[in-house]
Amino acid sequence: MTNVIIKNRFLILRRISQLGILFLFVGANLFAWNVLVGDLSTAHVFDAFYLTDPHAILQMLFAGFIVGTDALIGGLIILLFYALFAGRAFCSWVCPMNMVTDSALWLRKKWRLNEIQFNTPIKRNIRYWVLILGLILSLISGVAAFEFVSPVSMLHRGIIFGMGFGWAAIAVIFLFDLLVLKNGWCGHVCPIGAFYSFTGKFHWIKVQHTVENCTDCLDCIKACPEPQVLRIIGKESGAISNSECTNCGRCIEVCNDHALKFIKKEKIQEEK
Amino acid sequence: MQKQTKNTSRREAILKVFQGAGILSLGGLVWGAYLNKAKASKLVLRPPAALKEDDFLKACIKCGACVQACPYETLRLAQPQEEIPVGTPFFNPRLVPCHMCVDVPCVPVCPTNALDIQKLIPIGELNTPKNMDVNQMDVGVAVIDEKSCIAYWGIQCDACYRACPLINEAISLEFERNERTGKHAFLKPIINPDTCTGCGKCEHACVTEKAAIFVLPREVAEGKAGNFYIKGWEKNDEDRLKTDKSESTIKGRTNDEDYLNDWEDLIDD
Repeated sequence: MTNVIIKNRFLILRRISQLGILFLFVGANLFAWNVLVGDLSTAHVFDAFYLTDPHAILQMLFAGFIVGTDALIGGLIILLFYALFAGRAFCSWVCPMNMVTDSALWLRKKWRLNEIQFNTPIKRNIRYWVLILGLILSLISGVAAFEFVSPVSMLHRGIIFGMGFGWAAIAVIFLFDLLVLKNGWCGHVCPIGAFYSFTGKFHWIKVQHTVENCTDCLDCIKACPEPQVLRIIGKESGAISNSECTNCGRCIEVCNDHALKFIKKEKIQEEK
Repeated sequence: MQKQTKNTSRREAILKVFQGAGILSLGGLVWGAYLNKAKASKLVLRPPAALKEDDFLKACIKCGACVQACPYETLRLAQPQEEIPVGTPFFNPRLVPCHMCVDVPCVPVCPTNALDIQKLIPIGELNTPKNMDVNQMDVGVAVIDEKSCIAYWGIQCDACYRACPLINEAISLEFERNERTGKHAFLKPIINPDTCTGCGKCEHACVTEKAAIFVLPREVAEGKAGNFYIKGWEKNDEDRLKTDKSESTIKGRTNDEDYLNDWEDLIDD
């Protein structure tokens, strides 16, 4: 039992983080708690300051709206937190869609659908095009384009304020990930991940690989939702520098040889 | 042989560029068409102090702060099945009207100023939440369908008049002799659009099956006279004549007499 917990320690922590944040939002709506009021687009924290989705702010700026200072500062806080510190951790530690796509992935593995899948023409970098297209459409149409269609927002807003037919959008994402494309939504399409990949080039917390301990079992690559970031596995020691890494820690959990661990930036430089 | 592979790879690269452009424009077309359609829904009542609909849609970040601040559960966030841009706050006064709280809790919590305090500040006062006057709010304007209003039939009903928070200002009753019976009066509710805040309490109170009095956004409910007409009895309005430079006649034809000679334009096929 303890072994299972240790083997899934980051997974458990991530679920606690994802559910805990939603719990605080829902509690704000039901019991008037003031820890996190709002949703993942904008949260009012302890009635003191705001935290805002910087991707939404960017779209609003493109749409031609000068955002209020409260929201702008909130967006900067979040942007700097991920850009300098946590990288793309939003995707694996905060975003509730991660639970949907992870369960699709789990079922996909259980049903062994990966073994019969053919090569798909969709590349992972399509998400950057979705990001750019969203900004262009924001500019043309004068509204935050992705926010108008975002299934991620439909999910967290739905959980907090009432889902309506939003579940249909969530089901589509689930089926897309299960039947059409492995890691389809989070790993190929979603522009939020693209946004944080783009801004998170210089973050502190990274995964460090020690090649001397590596036995080339490739369990980490099988477990990784963005396996292209693990190019150095079995080849050289160093930090995973590709900012498409979501810092989910799955590779660290599955590694039985102590070849992977989280590391802070200063340490990376020391070891070099 | 080498030349051929080089050529193929160039053809491939060009093909890929066009494929990408194709997928991108197809996606942009569908996405953009949806945005235009979603933006076009004008029959929405927004929270108090909301910016004009176009600016509001730009500004609203869909956080639901106003919804959570609303003590009467008047405000809701639009769900995907509703014909309102998803996630934006609105209310349906037939279900729950706006109760016009004195402290207007929904407005100052807005982080992006999509709900703008300034709109509720009386002229000449400081721009702080304390100075907000809820009677300045302008969600929309009430409109009466006289054909389905039973008060206009002659049946006594003053439900909307009694429900109005600005009684005798926004809705007043006009008494008129009922010629049909010869001994009764019509008590006709009349709306004053200048003071109506659009709270929708009248629509909520209306006794008919489908409300005979209802709130519409101002840009939907109101017409516009344009500046061709002068109120001669108002000094300021008449002064416009001296400064106005717009032409009263539209000149297009080379010869004005051709207006009568040019039959082909007058007859429809």
